[in-house]
Amino acid sequence: MILTKGLNGFGEYLKFLWTTIGVPEKWREFFKRYTNEIYKLGIDSIPLILIVSVFIGALCTILIKLNLNNPMLPRYTVGMATREIILLEFSSSILCLILSGKIGSNIASEIGTMRVTEQIDALDIMGINSANFLVLPKIAGLITILPVLVVICMFTSLFGGYLVCALTGVVDIDTYIYGIQTQFIEYYVWFALVKSLFFAFLMSTISAYFGYTVKGGSVEVGKASTNAVVMSNIMILVFDVLLTKLMLQ
Amino acid sequence: MIEVKNLKKSFKDGDSMRQVLFGIDAKFYDGKTNLIIGQSGSGKTVLIKNIVGLFKPDEGQILYDGRDITVMDGKQLKELRKEIGMLFQGSALFDSETVMGNVMFPLKMFSTMTVEEQLERAQFCIDRVNLTGSENKFPSELSGGMQKRAAIARAIALNPKYLFCDEPNSGLDPKTSIVIDELLYDITHEYGITTIINTHDMNSVMGIGENIIFVNKGHLGWNGTKDEIYGQENDDLNNFVYATDLFRDVRKYRLVHGYQRTIPGK
Repeated sequence: MILTKGLNGFGEYLKFLWTTIGVPEKWREFFKRYTNEIYKLGIDSIPLILIVSVFIGALCTILIKLNLNNPMLPRYTVGMATREIILLEFSSSILCLILSGKIGSNIASEIGTMRVTEQIDALDIMGINSANFLVLPKIAGLITILPVLVVICMFTSLFGGYLVCALTGVVDIDTYIYGIQTQFIEYYVWFALVKSLFFAFLMSTISAYFGYTVKGGSVEVGKASTNAVVMSNIMILVFDVLLTKLMLQ
Repeated sequence: MIEVKNLKKSFKDGDSMRQVLFGIDAKFYDGKTNLIIGQSGSGKTVLIKNIVGLFKPDEGQILYDGRDITVMDGKQLKELRKEIGMLFQGSALFDSETVMGNVMFPLKMFSTMTVEEQLERAQFCIDRVNLTGSENKFPSELSGGMQKRAAIARAIALNPKYLFCDEPNSGLDPKTSIVIDELLYDITHEYGITTIINTHDMNSVMGIGENIIFVNKGHLGWNGTKDEIYGQENDDLNNFVYATDLFRDVRKYRLVHGYQRTIPGK
């Protein structure tokens, strides 16, 4: 029963994607909405990213220092380990899990409200492919802006580690800076950026699907928002494992 | 003219199917206000949603001047929809757009007009529905009646051949309802539009019902004009239309003194 329902839902999601991904009706209107989505979904999220990243970077540095108290390990390992955690996992996966709460619920509730107030029906009646018109700019916008947010997150997290070193002396600053530079693997940055592209697609399409298929009233819109965030998080984790296995091993 | 032939529609209800429309036949005429009336749950909204193509019927034909919407492919349907305007029960104005933005929207998407021409056309439609001065207001800043008028302006922006209205008077006070009825009636006659109004507002029925389709439990219960409705012996129709003492008294009076009525507000 659950399997049938799951497969049914997956089929509906694929059908939804099929109607969503196509050539926009009017490019001018598409670009207007696309830039608007970049601002709304991406630029608006920067304050949240800055706050979260600085604190996580600081926490990583403190916790790694606490756990790496073996005198055999050089002290710059703290900076190095902080960098690896941030590049490999935090800047892409954990950040996207955090953002899916904000962006996912925003997309699902916006489209869900449009559905229950018949605004989507109005678009359909006009002969507009409503899924394409409403959702494609969100997908394109998030795919464009999320890698930028990931890069911002990388820098601010490392800055968070620097800040905690400067303020508390947990590791001296020169050692920390040496640590974050040493044995740097550029591929890890690309790995994080590629993951962010997948996560952007998953987050935007799953949230939009839950919003677009809402039936009922405001209670259902709330449920759809919650389901969108939960399902986005699950799929981000699943794809995190898959991509890590495929790209790092 | 829109013609509906033997329209049947059912929906999945748990493991079984629940039939809502049982072979409806109806005609909706050009340049007339065609009203679909019936009790809540009788299938009015399902009928109108089938006609506009939001639902696909199980069986039957829906002919727009001879063109059957049920067998159209996506491209044909898209072309037809450019000839359709619709006024939704909750107005369905785009929250993020102003009144001007809402009215401009179909023009931006489908017309080949320049921006100046679009603005001129949108302003004309806004003026036509007496919303001059509210161009830059957002839907949340408008009253229910103003929202309906803005939605009518958007619906007529592209000069539609067919105008559909789902419960245009719901949630409005009687006076505002009359204003909306009058506006729909005038627009229908001015532009020769085939207007189909889904309503259970008896004032509208008695005021602008030039062609009335009574839907009863998914069947066509009765078809006629507002002038013919008074002398009917159809129990289902009479129970629905004359559900209130006021309308029963009006009926008695008119059966004795005859019927003479103008459009509300005229």
